[in-house]
Amino acid sequence: MDYFVELFFSGLTRGSIYALIALGYTMVYGIIGLINFAHGEIYMIGAFTSFIVATVLSIYGFPLLAIVVLAGFAAIIWSSAYGYTVEKLAYKPLRHAPRLSPLISAIGMSIFLQNYILLAQTSDFLAFPELIPDLDFMEPYAHVVGTTDLVILATTAISMLALTLLIKFTRIGKAMRATSQDRTMAMLVGINVDRVISMTFIIGSALAAIGGMLIASHIGQINFMIGFIAGIKAFTAAVLGGIGSIPGAVLGGFVLGLTESFATGYVSSDYEDVFAFGLLVLILLFKPSGLLGKADIQKV
Amino acid sequence: MFSLKETKRSALISLWFMFLTFPVLVIKVDAIEQTVYWRWENMLYIGLGSFILSIFGKIFFERQKSRRERQIAEKIEKHSLIQRALRDPKYLYPLGAAFFLFAVTYPYLFSTYQINVMTTALMYVVLGLGLNIVVGVAGLLDLGYVAFYLVGAYSYGLLNMHFGLGFWTVLPIGALLAALLGILLGFPVLRLRGDYLAIVTLAFGEIIRLIMENWNDFSQGPSGISNIPRPGLLGFDLTLDQAITYLYYLMIVMVLVTIFVVNRLQNSRLGRAWVALREDEIACQAMGIDKTKTKLTAFALGATWAGMVGVIFAAKTTFINPASFTFLESAIILAIVVLGGMGSILGVILGAVILILLPEYLRALSDYRMLAFGAIMVSMMVFRPQGLISNVRRHYHYRPKKEQQK
Amino acid sequence: MKKGIQHSILAASMSLLLSTPGLMAADTIKLGVAGPHSGDLASYGIPTIKAAELVVQQVNARGGINGKQVELLIEDDVCKPEVATNTATKLVSDGVHAVLGHICSGATKAALPIYNNSGIVVISPSATNPGLTQSGDYPNFFRTIASDDAQARKEVDFVIDVLGLSKIAVIHDKGDYGKGLAEFAKSFLESSPKAEVVLYEGVTPGAVDYSAVVQKIRRSGAEAVIFGGYHPEASKIITQMRKKRMKIPFISDDGVKDDTFIKVAGKNAEGVYASGPQDNSKNPLSAEAIQSHKTVYGSDPGAFFENAYSAALAILNAIDNAGSTDYEAIRKALHEKKTNTPLGNINFDAKGDAVGVGFGMYQVKNGVFVEVK
Repeated sequence: MDYFVELFFSGLTRGSIYALIALGYTMVYGIIGLINFAHGEIYMIGAFTSFIVATVLSIYGFPLLAIVVLAGFAAIIWSSAYGYTVEKLAYKPLRHAPRLSPLISAIGMSIFLQNYILLAQTSDFLAFPELIPDLDFMEPYAHVVGTTDLVILATTAISMLALTLLIKFTRIGKAMRATSQDRTMAMLVGINVDRVISMTFIIGSALAAIGGMLIASHIGQINFMIGFIAGIKAFTAAVLGGIGSIPGAVLGGFVLGLTESFATGYVSSDYEDVFAFGLLVLILLFKPSGLLGKADIQKV
Repeated sequence: MFSLKETKRSALISLWFMFLTFPVLVIKVDAIEQTVYWRWENMLYIGLGSFILSIFGKIFFERQKSRRERQIAEKIEKHSLIQRALRDPKYLYPLGAAFFLFAVTYPYLFSTYQINVMTTALMYVVLGLGLNIVVGVAGLLDLGYVAFYLVGAYSYGLLNMHFGLGFWTVLPIGALLAALLGILLGFPVLRLRGDYLAIVTLAFGEIIRLIMENWNDFSQGPSGISNIPRPGLLGFDLTLDQAITYLYYLMIVMVLVTIFVVNRLQNSRLGRAWVALREDEIACQAMGIDKTKTKLTAFALGATWAGMVGVIFAAKTTFINPASFTFLESAIILAIVVLGGMGSILGVILGAVILILLPEYLRALSDYRMLAFGAIMVSMMVFRPQGLISNVRRHYHYRPKKEQQK
Repeated sequence: MKKGIQHSILAASMSLLLSTPGLMAADTIKLGVAGPHSGDLASYGIPTIKAAELVVQQVNARGGINGKQVELLIEDDVCKPEVATNTATKLVSDGVHAVLGHICSGATKAALPIYNNSGIVVISPSATNPGLTQSGDYPNFFRTIASDDAQARKEVDFVIDVLGLSKIAVIHDKGDYGKGLAEFAKSFLESSPKAEVVLYEGVTPGAVDYSAVVQKIRRSGAEAVIFGGYHPEASKIITQMRKKRMKIPFISDDGVKDDTFIKVAGKNAEGVYASGPQDNSKNPLSAEAIQSHKTVYGSDPGAFFENAYSAALAILNAIDNAGSTDYEAIRKALHEKKTNTPLGNINFDAKGDAVGVGFGMYQVKNGVFVEVK
């Protein structure tokens, strides 16, 4: 039973990260129908920014709490700025282009951003400072679930709650929902669609930055390639849950994280990815538009 | 022509980029030595660079806009010029002949390295044309195309290792195995549409690669299969240079065959069924086209080419391991199709030549090679969203019976 | 993006400027450097370039070899076999006399026949696949690193005889190098009556979290972990093991015996064992090499730096001894004449492995690798 609980928590940790990144994919997809392959890179840039800021601040002797807060803010701000700029440079000019063109542009952007960080910083792996200290009262349970796992879960939960409130109750949230339902119609009723799209990229990037910072302090290292695998997995999670659906992305993230964790625990980590992708194929066979995705009805 | 407003706009853009690149480009930290390097000069370069580029970009877009406005009528004319040249035998034959002559004499004009690189590019031409059947013509987004490529490569590697089968024997076997796999993949995903199909094919490609990586007894795992023989020529012993040249000519023949077959396919009954499927699935079914059969043949035929090129790939590199068949490879092949112009054969050829030769010629930029590659991919899509050569659909006109029967 | 273009133009014009004298002064010795210089494995390839640059700078300052200056031709292979064949034909077309590289075993295997065909000696600082030397297929291949089986033997003997442990978990990173090593370790353990393999698993490099595998190691009841792979995964696994309060010994290979590992894993690195080339810290050449890297590049050297530095010294010295760039003469010199390098005074055996590159076991103590006697 212990073993089960242990695997369950490790699955939740993974799942939270997938969910945070998957939200960015799903929101962008919901609004402009684009698989934003550069999203994993935004997550990587978030991790790098928080690394740089945290290290600089710790060198200048700031207290830990200030470091965490400031590094987190910096990561969110700059990731959002990158997300915004990437959209303006690489996707906006392609809004009326054939469906696959922005996809290729996104792949190019992803290659570009990876190499940009490689050249601007380093190809080496860097030690990420430990931003989340182990709490004393957690010590008896440390072998099952660490403090970082709890912080990751809590932060993910708070972020999702904030996102839900934002989408449900604010003006921009309403505009986003309207745009994702029908872009032309939204334009007709006076919604500034360009602004809504920009906002979507900014929010998605901010969530990815949070994910990047959390996971970097969890595993203690970063590198310019970390966005690639995380991006593909998160994309898988988004589709699993039904791409375009926000609760779907969260559910998909957790399902994927738990599957991988249990597959490793009870079968073999040699095949954890095979299980993850296999599950995806299986689910799509029975529910062709994901767990919570809307079945898309085609009218003739 | 440059107003104050424009200058101000460019200044703002450059300020934005200076802000954007600030943490990553300006600060470099060494956590062990506890030192911070401030590289302010980078900020200056970025500011200047983005200022100049934004001015040039603005001028470029203005020009393009005004030209487009002026030449809307002319543009249609101009556009069809390339297309007409391709249709019209008067231009097509001399052009084709010139190209053919160039292709044949290429090995005599350039070094072994150039031949080798060109062979790679030609392999991607065939891969692109194969994927074009699935993505460009039938409209099924396939992100796991590399799986079929892998199957071809491994069928040669494994069949040669265990049974000593030669290149020419395995070439059709590899193609057949890939086609079978294509059908196998096609069945379960028949119900899926658009991007769901994309992710399932991606997953499928990854699964095949992961199995090769982990199932050591079968595939030798990540250490791969080495010493795969190059194709023989009537039992002659070829030196390396000769073998490379031979492979080059082999690929030229292969490309010609592919172009011929793909071209015939596109204009066949089946090809038109694919196009119909791409445009509207439901209407297509309503017209009495067997959706299942049409989709499966698209997958199978697309996969066949990948299988064959896979066999050639194994013979060319003489060593294969799963690391060569990652998702990025599928993405590059897809980029070839989209960048060249979906559905257009000439476009795919151009796309392959550009995307495969570019990183090789960008070697001069050393560290900046892949950075430039990414940037070029983005800008090509931004400036030519429809691809280099957009496909013009063939129109069929009704003609009186007598003429048709001819 | 703007910076990229601006820099590309700069780089392009620079390389034009630089390449012209190279073309005119045909009388140089051309040393190719091939390895991953971009992509996810770049961090294993770039230190080799730096090592080569430092050595060549030194040699040229002394007046070159046989009166000729040494010129570097640096080519990227992204560690991919298919790119490596292009890289190799490019280097051959450019007329290299010897090659330092490739870095990954797979890329090396694909490239070697091309060099072999043109009679070019290749010396790798890092390709450890046993077949490269033991198969006898590649007479032109040399390396300054020990092969996987020798290292696995060392690790297994250490765990059984020195640590006296019997239940071992063998973990690898599914890669060419890591899995090859783990396979050997597993077979050595299985053939030993004193030990058993309680877990044999591969982890996915780059995964966001390894705690599931760590839990599995705990459940298997392993008394020690042998890990085959590189330092990024090793430091992730050790960090998560320590976070889960597992204190069993962790034994790894020379992909981990790298200062970057200690930097990244920090305090969790304490107590980790790793096999690697024998202790060179008393070798003045090693200290000198590291010091010159620090002065020239302002940072500590990266992976395989000393191996690459030694390989560059060995190959250039062999050309010097041979008195020409003749293939057979260079090979003979590499086999027979010793070179003083940071790895010791080395020459190469008939198969191409370095003789005199001994192996040691190290343990991290107070933030440095200390040899275990």
